[in-house]
Amino acid sequence: MEELDGEPTVTFVPGVNSKKKQMCFDWGPGELLVCETSFNNKGKSEMVPCCPFIYIIRKDVGVYSQILRKLFNESHGIFVGLQRIEEEFTGKSRKAQLVRVSKNYRSVIRACMEEMHQTTIAANDPASGRQFSSQVSILSVMELIWNLCEILFIEVAPAGPLLLLLLDWVRLHVCEVDTLSADVLGSENPSKHEGFWKLPGNTQTLTELELRWQHWHEECGRHLQDGTFASSPPLESLCKVMLGDEAALLAHKDLLSNWYHFLVTRLLYSNPTVKPIDLHFYAQSSLDLFLGGESSPEPLDNILMAAFEFDIHQVIKECSIALSNWWFVAHLTDLLDHCRLLQSHNLYFGSNMREFLLLEYASGLFAHHSLWQLGVDYFDCCPELGRASLELHIERIPLNTEQKALKVLRVCEQRQMTEQVRSICKILAMKAVRNNRLGSALSWSIRARDAAFATLVSDRFLRDYCERGCFSDLDLIDNLGPAMMLSDRLTFLGKYREFHRLYGEKRFVEAASLLLSLMTSQIAPRSFWMTLLTDALPLLEQKQVIFSAEQTYELMRCLEDLTSGRPARAEPDAQRLEEDDVETTKVEMLRLALARNLARAIVREGSLGGS
Amino acid sequence: MEELYAKFVSEKISKTRWRPVPPGSLQTAETFATGSWDNEENHVSLWSIGDFGNPDSDGSLEGDHRLLCDIKHHGDVMDLQFFDQERIVAASSTGCVTIFLHHPNNQTLSVSQQWTTAHYHTGPGSPSYCSAPCTGVVCDNPEIVTVGEDGRINLFRADHKEAVRTIDNADSSTLHAVTFLRTPEILTVNSIGQLKIWDFRQQGNEPSQILSLTGDRVPLHCVDRHPNQQHVVATGGQDGMLSIWDVRQGTMPVSLLKAHEAEMWEVHFHPSNPDHLFTCSEDGSLWHWDASTDVPEKSSLFHQGGRTSTFLSHGINHQANAHQSLTSSWLSTDPAKDRIEITSLLPSRTLSVNTLDVLGPCLVCGTDAEAIYVTRQLFS
Repeated sequence: MEELDGEPTVTFVPGVNSKKKQMCFDWGPGELLVCETSFNNKGKSEMVPCCPFIYIIRKDVGVYSQILRKLFNESHGIFVGLQRIEEEFTGKSRKAQLVRVSKNYRSVIRACMEEMHQTTIAANDPASGRQFSSQVSILSVMELIWNLCEILFIEVAPAGPLLLLLLDWVRLHVCEVDTLSADVLGSENPSKHEGFWKLPGNTQTLTELELRWQHWHEECGRHLQDGTFASSPPLESLCKVMLGDEAALLAHKDLLSNWYHFLVTRLLYSNPTVKPIDLHFYAQSSLDLFLGGESSPEPLDNILMAAFEFDIHQVIKECSIALSNWWFVAHLTDLLDHCRLLQSHNLYFGSNMREFLLLEYASGLFAHHSLWQLGVDYFDCCPELGRASLELHIERIPLNTEQKALKVLRVCEQRQMTEQVRSICKILAMKAVRNNRLGSALSWSIRARDAAFATLVSDRFLRDYCERGCFSDLDLIDNLGPAMMLSDRLTFLGKYREFHRLYGEKRFVEAASLLLSLMTSQIAPRSFWMTLLTDALPLLEQKQVIFSAEQTYELMRCLEDLTSGRPARAEPDAQRLEEDDVETTKVEMLRLALARNLARAIVREGSLGGS
Repeated sequence: MEELYAKFVSEKISKTRWRPVPPGSLQTAETFATGSWDNEENHVSLWSIGDFGNPDSDGSLEGDHRLLCDIKHHGDVMDLQFFDQERIVAASSTGCVTIFLHHPNNQTLSVSQQWTTAHYHTGPGSPSYCSAPCTGVVCDNPEIVTVGEDGRINLFRADHKEAVRTIDNADSSTLHAVTFLRTPEILTVNSIGQLKIWDFRQQGNEPSQILSLTGDRVPLHCVDRHPNQQHVVATGGQDGMLSIWDVRQGTMPVSLLKAHEAEMWEVHFHPSNPDHLFTCSEDGSLWHWDASTDVPEKSSLFHQGGRTSTFLSHGINHQANAHQSLTSSWLSTDPAKDRIEITSLLPSRTLSVNTLDVLGPCLVCGTDAEAIYVTRQLFS
């Protein structure tokens, strides 16, 4: 809102020798990234050790941002409620609801202003006090504009009530803006018009009011002409004012704080039953008369003028330029859109104005470390680009705790963003694997129904088993439940562990058939078959015959499959030979055990009443 | 329930707890603590809802809650508990556990003790030191038990610099919450749907008992023990399901109640009226579960205020219980007789309600919409 009336502040970046080196920068959503380059000011690039840091430079909004956060949060609640009343009401009750929503927004702005005002008074140093009070005046201007828009666009006040509402509007803001409080004209208005209007709108029609006013107006004029007040100049000038004489009003310009105050006062005394469409004539002339050619209109004046001209798009456009954040225009435009006042004013990149503003506002929220949760609901209300924007933003939220990750995942799942769910779960699962939290990793892959990752986790478990000879995290493997079906490898892990349990409980026959089925059903990975066969050894060596002949044939077949598939060693060296030796011994032992078992099994099955 | 006061406080509230009133005193709750999360600078704050001595125009002395004092907290406040009247224990997402001391004379908070490396993935000794968030803390003066994302359980004692006992790798997944069953037994819940009971008298690193959900291993986020019957435990899961368990029998829950549409973050039995249970959830609602059977003819369809529905409690574990007279209404499995009335306490849907606490007639809850709600008339 203000012109550049001072030198921009200089911020020194610590550690960077700005006399010698050049810096490079890049803009972010609300911040600036800066770092030192290796280029010298003089153009030669030297290999001088430079500052190794990248700096983030942010405008210092910390002073009042605490209070503004309340504005963002409370208005978010109102916004979400507004989207829901869409279908519920029609006609008059709908308008009443929309007016109520508008008043809610305004009361939130006022509450913020009030709190900031309190903080200004309590501020310790003048610099922050100044910042606070400038923020208060920005909020005050926002409320001023919003109030006018509510009167003209949402309430759509007809002639008659229109002036009353405008009077309230001016009175509210004149009394706030802390200038000459003893405003003769301002304080005289209430008594004059209250006594005159009696019950506005309800009991008298517009014509009656107009007639009565005409009558009163003529009487004033007669008194002036007759010179009733000639003896007292102040009374005479008062009478002229009451006749709506512009010159008389302007003579007391110092008591009128601004042109719209002048406008409403003038209308009160010259045309109280003004129609909305005629407003802009009076507005324009009031502005010209008030400024008197001495100064040019400020941005606020242009905004108000556009409102009086009922040019909504112009209002929004000017506000977007004048105000530094998107909050105001986004919420106001959304409300006006619900009043069905915005035609589909298509911008050249496809979305309409309301959506554009909401997208900008929501993207700004996502740039904040904490307010991103509010942004989600705004993106939801943008039918064209909202979902795509949300998908891009939500993946980039930094996740430092599982609880935050769960909240982000819930947002994605509620909107069926399966790609994002998968990608986030994968990142978390990978982190968990790296930290050796295999249970967490499995829990994440179950959430994302990611079979590939579940396989990876199972492989890790199996590898740990091979290295250590025992299972880690038995509490997890023993209790997989239905999750076991997620991937073959996981099923294998569960079943393998079950085999060990059965063996431990000495249920050898069940254990044996489970072991065999693991190999024959192809669930077990090839690399593990040797281990499984080795596990079968103690069962083959038992006194009683556990594997039947049929089963033994199967085992032998598996062993042959395994050994025949082994490629010939290219370069035998000492260690490999040793490994080979071990391997060969194992295989031989297995063959021996299998053969012996086969013999015993055949005998047993062949004999009558075999045990 | 009337008079719910809301206040926007410019930070997302992760935990809130009433300060305990001295035992035997007739005072009601007056002070509560809150912890924030997801801020660049988080705070642990103390609030008061006491009378300020200025009666309102209509003579009532109640009013908004106001901030007494706060202190910076490094990392998100993951859990918060009052250790005693003046001390608050806070668990941080940096893996640090801190005891804050409140000085009532000048209304300030200070750090009294800190265990900075309570939870970690790779230890402080190694070059790739990686801390882990501490997710839950529970106190029973002078002992403090903490659990974290590293699956570790720590037993601290105030004024002891090192942990008295540590169970490394107690769980292969994340431990979300912990509660005392009977000292020295604790109960933890984890992200693969298991309850584990640990006995500190035993030397080993194995739980003394494991209970788990049937069906899908949905992560469990919160747990609370019945104030009078120490074998009755309620848990809330990621799918919003409320489960009631009897840890003496079986390894499966006694009842499963479909509750919220999203993660249930906290579940609390009312400390003096344990027939009342409170839950809050990511779906933005806070529910009051009333299992008291003193007014059986109350027709819930005409209940004023809040959304009310009647649920039947599903007993899925019909094991014969020889001590029927001692079962609480939560464990009863007679569907025809037992109806639980559920009331939603918040007027409109909001962002996630992360936390709640009840003491006497007072309830406080905090949300991700940066608001704190307080009521002093819970049972009116």
